[in-house]
Amino acid sequence: MRTRLAVFSLAALLLLLSASLSFAAGTIKIGGLFSVTGPPAFLGEPERNTAKMVVDGINKAGGIKGQKLELIVYDTAGDATKAVQMATKLIKDDHVVAIIGPSTTGETMAVIPVVEKEKVPLISCAAGSKITDPTKRYVFKTAQNDGLAVARIYEYLQKQRQQKVALLTVSDGFGSSGREQLKSLAGKYGIQLVVDETYGPKDTDMTSQLTKIRASQAQALIVWGTNPGPAVIAKNAKQLGLKLPLYMSHGVSSKKFIALAGDAAEGIKLPSGKVIVSDVLPKKDPQKAALMAFVRDYQNHYKQEGDHFGGHAWDAVMLLKGAVERGATTSEAIRDALEKTRNFHGIGGTFTYAAGDHAGLTKDAFVMVEIKNKDWMLAK
Amino acid sequence: MEFSAQLLQHLLSGVSTGAIYALIGIGFSIIYNATGIINFAQGEFVMLGGMLTLFLMEALQLPLWAAIPLAVLLATLTGLLFERLAIRPLRKASPISLVIITIGGSILIRGLAMLIWGKDTHSLPPFTGEEPIMLAGATLLPQHLWILGITALLIILNKWFFNHTISGKAMRACSYNPRAAGLVGIDVRRMVLLSFMISAAMGSLAGIIVAPLTMTAYDVGVMLGLKGFCAAIIGGMSSGLSTVIGGLLLGVLESLGAGLISSGYKDAIAFVILLLILFLRPQGLFGKPESERV
Repeated sequence: MRTRLAVFSLAALLLLLSASLSFAAGTIKIGGLFSVTGPPAFLGEPERNTAKMVVDGINKAGGIKGQKLELIVYDTAGDATKAVQMATKLIKDDHVVAIIGPSTTGETMAVIPVVEKEKVPLISCAAGSKITDPTKRYVFKTAQNDGLAVARIYEYLQKQRQQKVALLTVSDGFGSSGREQLKSLAGKYGIQLVVDETYGPKDTDMTSQLTKIRASQAQALIVWGTNPGPAVIAKNAKQLGLKLPLYMSHGVSSKKFIALAGDAAEGIKLPSGKVIVSDVLPKKDPQKAALMAFVRDYQNHYKQEGDHFGGHAWDAVMLLKGAVERGATTSEAIRDALEKTRNFHGIGGTFTYAAGDHAGLTKDAFVMVEIKNKDWMLAK
Repeated sequence: MEFSAQLLQHLLSGVSTGAIYALIGIGFSIIYNATGIINFAQGEFVMLGGMLTLFLMEALQLPLWAAIPLAVLLATLTGLLFERLAIRPLRKASPISLVIITIGGSILIRGLAMLIWGKDTHSLPPFTGEEPIMLAGATLLPQHLWILGITALLIILNKWFFNHTISGKAMRACSYNPRAAGLVGIDVRRMVLLSFMISAAMGSLAGIIVAPLTMTAYDVGVMLGLKGFCAAIIGGMSSGLSTVIGGLLLGVLESLGAGLISSGYKDAIAFVILLLILFLRPQGLFGKPESERV
């Protein structure tokens, strides 16, 4: 009898405790799922750093209408199974009202069924277009779709009257997704693809492909990959004396690429988010203020240059902040408010979500940049 | 561009990549001949060469010419430690266990490199200049000449060592019959150690001379190691000229395949050749069928 009483009172106590915890005065709990370790750590680390920095900044400035934000971050190590476990933990144990992340498309796709079932809004920092296509009720994203970058390049090629184009894409997820977009959008911009070659992510010499491309009719070459492949290609192209204008993807829009390719990087053009050119953007650019603030803050906090990936997390926290400012505090209300976001000038671009568009960006999110004197310039 | 110039370009690219495969392949063969095992950590010595050079240049601000010998020395030391700590304590183990140990060793070395130097790719400066050299419509870089020259030099040195020095001859004796070699007073264990050191030195040098072109990272050893293994198999695991020809053949076929057929099949070509050789001519392309030593 006594034990039963003890158990009962303990249960009651726990119930009370948990109830009081979730009603803790004026804090809004949000969750973060970032792959801080593991292969995609180059995404997850700046994302986590940025999310923490922005949340601290908001709280220091008095919170949102007097309510503090509490950020609970878990490391997913780039593992989809772990991401699902952590998402469930965030929702069931930590009672968060919204989740930011995960960092990669694979993890995001795995987490989607969980948040849809539990009706908790998720703002993914991954780029895959299938995350929001088709639209899921509770899933939003801040990273730009590949298709937008392709559209930017093609538009530029059209202006330069370069219609015959050679493709050289890497044979991994990033490359094949880019290759699909490059092929499907070509017709719309009157682009003719005359060569379609690939290379392996670990390949160390691409002169064979480039020799073939040099012998073709191509007027321009588009290379789609992430480091180090494109740097090898740039060096090989220089060795072969390839005269074609060289275009690359947003996958190499970091200083690392310039360091790897050295002199061979000069003159290469690529579509890029605006972070890397924030200082040379014209003043009238609507994103200028946000970009400068992000770059300055990140530099002050972490003594490093802020990058696109951190920008995705910056956008996610700020979008949530906007929703809460407009009076939403529950998951359902935040979802509705997010969907009503109009013309939010963030780091990745200007977001306008709608019932049928949870990606929210247009090709204006990208600018064409050119590498000149080992630095980024806006391409003319 | 004319077809002949195109062909020449493919050949030149193939030969310079093939030279690297050959160097790595010889490393495989030396250890195989001394111990009868395939050392799958060979690729990691290649990685260590490039990464150590880079590390010495950045951390100690050494010039390139000083960093290279020091990096080779450190990699050789790693080879020595690897043999002492992982292979020698288990000399009684079967070759298959030892092969598995080398795989474990390669994962360990790669993991440590990742923890120490991070996951980024790095670039080494070219030894001399970056201006392409024209050759009948095709181009190559000064670094390609370095690769070809150093490879040729190493192969000649290697040949001389095995044929004209006491240690080299002793190592050959061990490879023919370790027990008989032991009976005539050759320290077999010392020869095994020496084989690991030579392989590590050659592998790391290959990693250094190729790094300005292909760049280097903690995980470059995997693919280069496999390609080198492929070259050694084509050459019938000899530490002489046939492995060199195997490497060059592999490089040229890869380059021609990527250029004339499709680049998607580049790695497939290497591994199809590997499988064909293993099935049809396990003694290597140039070897005579050999009766099993008893």
